[in-house]
Amino acid sequence: MIYDTIIIGAGLSGLAAGIRLAYYEQRVCILERHYTIGGLNSFYRLRGRDYDVGLHAVTNYATKGTKKGPMVRLLRQLRLSWEDFSLAPQVGSTIAFPNVRLNFNNDIRLLESEVAAAFPGERDNFKRLLSQILDYDDLNQDVFEISARQVLANTLHDPLLIEMLLCPVMWYGNAREDDMDWGQFCIMFRALYIEGMGRPYAGIRLILKNLIRKFRSLGGELKLRAGVSRIRVEDDRAVGVVLDNGQELAAKNILSSAGAVETARLSSAENETPSQAAGQLSFVESLSVLDKQPKSLGCGRTIVFFNDSEKFHWRKPASELCDVRTGVICSPNNFEYSADDGELADNMIRITALAHFDHWRALNEESYRLEKLRWYDQLSASAVRFVPDYRNRVIDTDMFTPTTIRRFTGHDNGAIYGAPHKQLDGATRFKNLYLCGTDQGYLGIIGALVSGVSMANRYCLPV
Amino acid sequence: MTTAEISEEILDILSDIAPDEDLSGLVADKPFREQLELDSMDFLDIVMELRKRHRIQIPEADYTHLASLSSTVAYLEPTMKDMVKK
Repeated sequence: MIYDTIIIGAGLSGLAAGIRLAYYEQRVCILERHYTIGGLNSFYRLRGRDYDVGLHAVTNYATKGTKKGPMVRLLRQLRLSWEDFSLAPQVGSTIAFPNVRLNFNNDIRLLESEVAAAFPGERDNFKRLLSQILDYDDLNQDVFEISARQVLANTLHDPLLIEMLLCPVMWYGNAREDDMDWGQFCIMFRALYIEGMGRPYAGIRLILKNLIRKFRSLGGELKLRAGVSRIRVEDDRAVGVVLDNGQELAAKNILSSAGAVETARLSSAENETPSQAAGQLSFVESLSVLDKQPKSLGCGRTIVFFNDSEKFHWRKPASELCDVRTGVICSPNNFEYSADDGELADNMIRITALAHFDHWRALNEESYRLEKLRWYDQLSASAVRFVPDYRNRVIDTDMFTPTTIRRFTGHDNGAIYGAPHKQLDGATRFKNLYLCGTDQGYLGIIGALVSGVSMANRYCLPV
Repeated sequence: MTTAEISEEILDILSDIAPDEDLSGLVADKPFREQLELDSMDFLDIVMELRKRHRIQIPEADYTHLASLSSTVAYLEPTMKDMVKK
C-alpha cells in the first residue's frame, strides 16, 4: 500500500496537516517516535497532578464570534468550532525591567497607554511602529529576514523600550540569538500583543484531544512509538520511510515536522553532513505547586517577562547550565475561566530560563538530579525579584531541561524554536518532501497548526 | 440539478467552510471577497469541497470563475445540470 501522505511527527503542525488531508480523503499516516502526541506541547501526570509541557498560553487569541485573524482562519480550515479550543482570556501580563514595568492584555490600547506613560517621548513613534507591524504582509524570504533590531531602532528612540518590547516576543518565538527576523517579529508581535493570549481550562489536553479525535474520525492513521530512522530517496524524490523497527512505508508525499537539519539528515546518505545550522536556544522550566492561589499571594499576573538589566540578552548561556538574568513567570491559574469551570484544581507557578543543551546532556544521572535541584532554586530566587516571594507556599515541584525538550521534540540541541533560518516555503532538496512546523517558520500553538495546514494545502492538495 | 439547486449547493459549501458567516444577505452578483471574510485558503476549499462532494475537477486556471455566487453557478451549470440533487 502507498500512502498519499506520510507525516513525520504528531505535534501540532503534523496533526493539523493530517486533519486537512484526511478530510479530503487522502490516505494519511502520522508517525510519532514518542509514546504520546503533542511534541513540544504535551502533558503528563505526576504524583496525582496534571502538568503541561510547552504551552504557557495560546497566542493569537480570538473571542468567540470573531471573523478575522489566524485562529479563526485556522478553525475554519480544520472544521473545528471555537469551543474545541475554548480559550479563556488572560488576566493581564507584565514586562518587568529594573524600575520600569509595562502591562498589557488582549487589548492593544493598554500597552499603548503604558508605553505613553513610561516613555512619553515615544507615544507617536510607537503608533507608527504599530501601523508598520499591522501592514507587514510579506513572506518574501529576504524581507522576512531583515533585522528587527534595525527596523525598531529606525522607528523608536529609547533603547530601553526596544529591549522591553523585544523581550516577550523573543521569549515566545525567536530561534535566532541576539536579533530577530523582522517578519517573525511582526507575526509574533501581532500574536502576542495585538491578538493576545488565552488558555483552555483543561490546558493543552483539550486542544490535543479534539485534534486527535477529529483526525481519527476522518479515517487518519496514527502510529505512536514509530520513529522514522530514514527517509528513503530515489534520485530527486522521496519514496517512503524506514521506521526504527525496520518496517518500510511508501508514500507519494512526505511532510516532516522533524526540523530542517534533522530532516536533511534523515534523507541524506550516511557520509553527508547537512549544511543548515541547528538552533542553539533551549530552556529549563521549573514547576511549583502552591498550597494557595498565586493571586492570593500577590502573584496575580498571567505572565511576567522579566529581565534584570536594561539590556536584554537573548543567547545560549556562555558557560553555565542556565542563564537566569531573564525569564518568564507564568501562572495557569491567572486566566479568566468561566464561572462553570471555576478555579483550576492545582495552584501553579512556572518559571522558564535559558539553558545550555550540551552542558545538561553531559551530566551523569546523579549530577543531573542535583543540578535540577540547584537550578530550581536559582530560577525561583531570580523570579522573586519581580513577583512576591511565594517560596514558602510550595508543596510540590518538577523541572524540565533541554534534554527533556530533546526527548519530546526530537530537535537537535533541544532547540525550542528550531533552527535560526526558517524555510518559509517548506521546500527541501527533494521534490515531494516538505517541512512543516517549527522550521517552516510559524511558531506558537496557532502558528504551528497554521504551518501544518498551509503546507498540506500548498503541496498535498489537490492531488 | 436546476440552477437554483446548484446555487443552494454552493451556499451549503460556503456555510461549511465559513460557519460563522451569515449567508442570508449574500448578493449573487457581488464577489464573495467583498461580502465574506474569505481568503485564498477558503477558496481552495470551495474547489476541494466540489471535488469531495461531486467529483468535479476544477483546473487551477478556472479558479477565477469562482469569484461570485452567480459566476460560480454559471461555470458549474454545464457540469452539474445532469447531476441529481442528493
